[in-house]
Amino acid sequence: MAWFKKEKQPIAPTPEEARVVRTEGLFTKCPQCSRALWKKDLEDNLGVCTKCSYHFRISARRRLELLFDEGRYTEYGSDLFSPDPLGFHDKRAYADRLQEARRTTGLNDAVINAAGQLSGRKVLVCAMESNFISGSMGCVVGEMITLAVEKAVEDQTPLVIISASGGARMHEGTFSLMQMAKICSALARLDRLRIPYVSILTDPTTGGVTASFAMLGDLNIAEPGALIGFAGPRVIEQTIRQKLPKGFQRSEFLMERGMLDAIVDRRQIKDFLTRSLCFFCDR
Amino acid sequence: MNNSDPKAQIELLQKRIRELESNIDSDSSEEKIKQLRQEMGLLQAERDKLDSIWKKTQLARHEKRPYTLDYIHRIFSDFQEIHGDRRFADDPAIICGMAHFEGRQVMVIGHQKGRDLKERQYRNFGCANPEGYRKALRVMKMAEKYQRPLITLVDTPGAYPSIGAEERGQAEAIALNIREMAALTIPILVVVIGEGGSGGALGIAVGDRILMLENSFYSVISPEGCSAILWKDQEHMREAAQALKITAEDLLSFGLIDEVVPEPENGAHADHDAAAEILKNHLRRHLEDLLAIDVETRLNERYRKFRSMGVIESRAPVAAGR
Ligand SMILES: [Zn+2]
Repeated sequence: MAWFKKEKQPIAPTPEEARVVRTEGLFTKCPQCSRALWKKDLEDNLGVCTKCSYHFRISARRRLELLFDEGRYTEYGSDLFSPDPLGFHDKRAYADRLQEARRTTGLNDAVINAAGQLSGRKVLVCAMESNFISGSMGCVVGEMITLAVEKAVEDQTPLVIISASGGARMHEGTFSLMQMAKICSALARLDRLRIPYVSILTDPTTGGVTASFAMLGDLNIAEPGALIGFAGPRVIEQTIRQKLPKGFQRSEFLMERGMLDAIVDRRQIKDFLTRSLCFFCDR
Repeated sequence: MNNSDPKAQIELLQKRIRELESNIDSDSSEEKIKQLRQEMGLLQAERDKLDSIWKKTQLARHEKRPYTLDYIHRIFSDFQEIHGDRRFADDPAIICGMAHFEGRQVMVIGHQKGRDLKERQYRNFGCANPEGYRKALRVMKMAEKYQRPLITLVDTPGAYPSIGAEERGQAEAIALNIREMAALTIPILVVVIGEGGSGGALGIAVGDRILMLENSFYSVISPEGCSAILWKDQEHMREAAQALKITAEDLLSFGLIDEVVPEPENGAHADHDAAAEILKNHLRRHLEDLLAIDVETRLNERYRKFRSMGVIESRAPVAAGR
């Protein structure tokens, strides 16, 4: 089939079956039900298969458009920029990877910080971009999310973080690890001030992102079928030398084991947030 | 040098030099030999550096290295272990307990590795399950309730990656510990005594002072794991260890830790008593410092400490596709 191809995820720490399918033309093939979908229909349906409700990955920008009233928001922190603190080099220079990711996404790093109105209520939203070096978290992502949490504290404004990340970014070494502590320290303040925080876990959310802010919402919700975990499936398989059970580390698996508050279809997320924030904020 | 395999390059250069030497026909080949020798010297230096960093990471994992209990028995008295998370199990990979430190009541928490095969398996090689982190949090909260300072000893390859650990919320357990430690009102001293393995280390490593033993390391991923993912093989862990900059010295220079604790001349494994004595002196000094600060100031300083970690510049983004 010439009209679709698998998109490569060059350094995904948890490789899996490619879930992103891109068309050259007007069709996209659903990886779950194998039906050919009109791209336009798919887009109108928020990137959810019109036949089987499979959730395609969508960009951080698109997520913000979907949540904010009239798709309008203001960005902050977009100028923050990684100077490659370790001068990291593997088979390829990290500086080159960064430059390429910046070029393809139009972002400086793997998250967008936005402020705007959601159903008429002021909210702050951080949306992670999984196309930027697997959505991994280095100093810039750590700083931006911390900024958002601090802004939420300062303005007494509810916070929503949409995660899509392979975890802490190896190329910034221990700096990346410490971003987990930095963000969680800010979240401790938010928590004690009783300012609402809803965490939305999307495909994929793993490693240091799951093991820090993504699991610390007042509500932790996920889209259907998202890969969510601490260790990547391959690492676990190699460690325990066992086949992993079917559906392991998918949203439904996590909810069954008590790790998620709800699984929410993308088309209902705005409504879910509206009602939750109402519960938290309205007197 | 852009190629990350100096060993192969050195061998290549040696071969070329031998070829040229066996066939000297002009001044130009002598000049060439000189040049190649110089290049080889640089490569050799690079390789020596790789070796010395790798040696450090191997010392951090040395099978005779003092583990948490070895330090506990030498530095503290009246240690009384506290077991279990009151939810599911007692995780032997993390040890918690009440103890005296020079007459003062303190809480001690640390990862525990095993010395022989049987004990290693029992301790799960120092790789904790969610229950370990939950036990630690329970005990930390108790320490806070009775206002006893907390000392944690970090020594883990990482949190355990298994089906059960995922099912029981490994990520959530670690995340909660990190957040709650940031807000604990008691003084917290953290010491990386061996391996500081990623989130599994951080789950008991948020505090007012972060110390690292001279031959310990603290990393976002193991050099082996990094090699597997970025180099896509198991051969480049030395290069990964160097690229990740995980030694105590590096992390001190980045402002990610507060102090490097020296080890006895041949490493902590060579003399447990001496290593413990040095650590004890460092703990005393830092604990006295922290106890002299009021709670609010201490918490603000702890916040600022982690808040300032990172290196960032400012530059306007360029539109996609350009
Ligand atoms: Zn479908």
